[in-house]
Amino acid sequence: MKHILIVDDDADCLFQLKLQMSNLGYSVTALESQFLAEEWLEDSEPDLAIIDLMMETEDSGFILSRGLKNKYPDVPVVILTAVTPETGLSFDLQTSDSQQWINADQYIEKGLHQETLFARIEQLLKL
Amino acid sequence: MVQLKVLVVDDEPGIRSGISRALERFVVGYPFMDEDIAYAVTEVNSGEEAIEMFKVDKPDIVLLDNKLPGMDGIEVLQYINNHQLDIEVMMITSFASLELAVKATNIGAYDFVPKPFTPRELRSSIENITKHLFLKRMTRKMNREGRQIRFQFLSILSHELKTPLNAVEGYLNIIKERQAGENLENYDDMVNNAMQRIKGMRKLIMDFLDLTQIESGKKAREVRPLDMAQIANNSIDSLSPLAIQMEVKVELHCSGDLIVPFDQDDIEIILNNLISNAIKYNKPGGKVICRLEKSPDSFDILIRDTGIGIPEDDQEKLFQEFVRIKNANTRHIAGSGLGLSIVKKILDYYDGQIKLQSEENIGSTFSISLPVQ
Repeated sequence: MKHILIVDDDADCLFQLKLQMSNLGYSVTALESQFLAEEWLEDSEPDLAIIDLMMETEDSGFILSRGLKNKYPDVPVVILTAVTPETGLSFDLQTSDSQQWINADQYIEKGLHQETLFARIEQLLKL
Repeated sequence: MVQLKVLVVDDEPGIRSGISRALERFVVGYPFMDEDIAYAVTEVNSGEEAIEMFKVDKPDIVLLDNKLPGMDGIEVLQYINNHQLDIEVMMITSFASLELAVKATNIGAYDFVPKPFTPRELRSSIENITKHLFLKRMTRKMNREGRQIRFQFLSILSHELKTPLNAVEGYLNIIKERQAGENLENYDDMVNNAMQRIKGMRKLIMDFLDLTQIESGKKAREVRPLDMAQIANNSIDSLSPLAIQMEVKVELHCSGDLIVPFDQDDIEIILNNLISNAIKYNKPGGKVICRLEKSPDSFDILIRDTGIGIPEDDQEKLFQEFVRIKNANTRHIAGSGLGLSIVKKILDYYDGQIKLQSEENIGSTFSISLPVQ
């Protein structure tokens, strides 16, 4: 069974993702902060991680993702966030520049159609 | 044709001439601009020379290498920032470390180009920074003309509204597809949580409306003598469900004559915000003391709690909009992040003062002093 790490400081979002990922047949570790996730990652390795962007700090997700990739370069990371162009800030993984410093495999907007999110996760796990 | 001045600051002659060549005949046009934009490039090879250039012929855009022989790129950026020069900065870095990126972004760098780059990559970055520069100047011009564009504010507002909306939508999806099975009771918590988020959104919208009214100066105020003890009592009454839920006791201490001329709506907003904060950020079994006093020239409100306190570093940003102190203690507490900034704005109208004394894990005391004519 593939193991997914979910990190989000929004309790509702965390609960929903956990339920949905379990329903899809994955085992799940759900944590609510960058700090807790870093602790967990010290001696555990997931098959994939889904990380919220803004947690303790505005760029918690980026920092966590970078740390995770340093330790486990092959584990796919999805950054999930409500930060989108209409909220005045935007990041994407379209340019080589952003790919260099946003160390993640997917950058997905929260509230995106569920099936699309599930499909992308499945895709990443198959690679 | 508009010409923008670009200054390249790099100690490698190859990079400098590469940039000059890439931008030599480069022209950018935007649908919102009548004229096309071209670039005039000047090159220098140190931070010191760049600063000399700022004084004689200020550029519009600086392409800045971080590793320079004397002062480094970050220091040049700091200079631009400290002197509030109207210059957009793009950092050229040989390795894009997140730490440098965050640091440089915090002091105002707009973009990064990792070395080595192709002329195409450079041009596309220049195109972005130019758009940003013109939008910024246009915004500033509109602001000067009195059209307040609260872009930052509205963008945070939309983020703060979208987050609960996503949570509610997520629950509805789960319920719609019976993702937690056929047993209806499985969904009770989800419905409750969704309703909590809707409540939070309503509070945010109400606070936002309060703030807009106050800021626009159109808030209708009726200043008349009010019995402050009575109003504080009502406020505590209305917050008692929250206090019971949090196991917090609220005490009101009043002495003497407390008839003060004020707008009732304003004083209610102040007391409700401060007392509800004192309850929310308290500990089970904790206490809130609310003391009202009138002296010949001031009316003073003191609200003290035995709660989690506010770290010293966070205290000064507390009255800004959408500032919520995020730490392990506050994560589960709901709030719009607007309450204290509203209180502060109301107090400003009355020339009132608010002071904060706080110690982590011991509690916070907010003291308000309002002049009495």
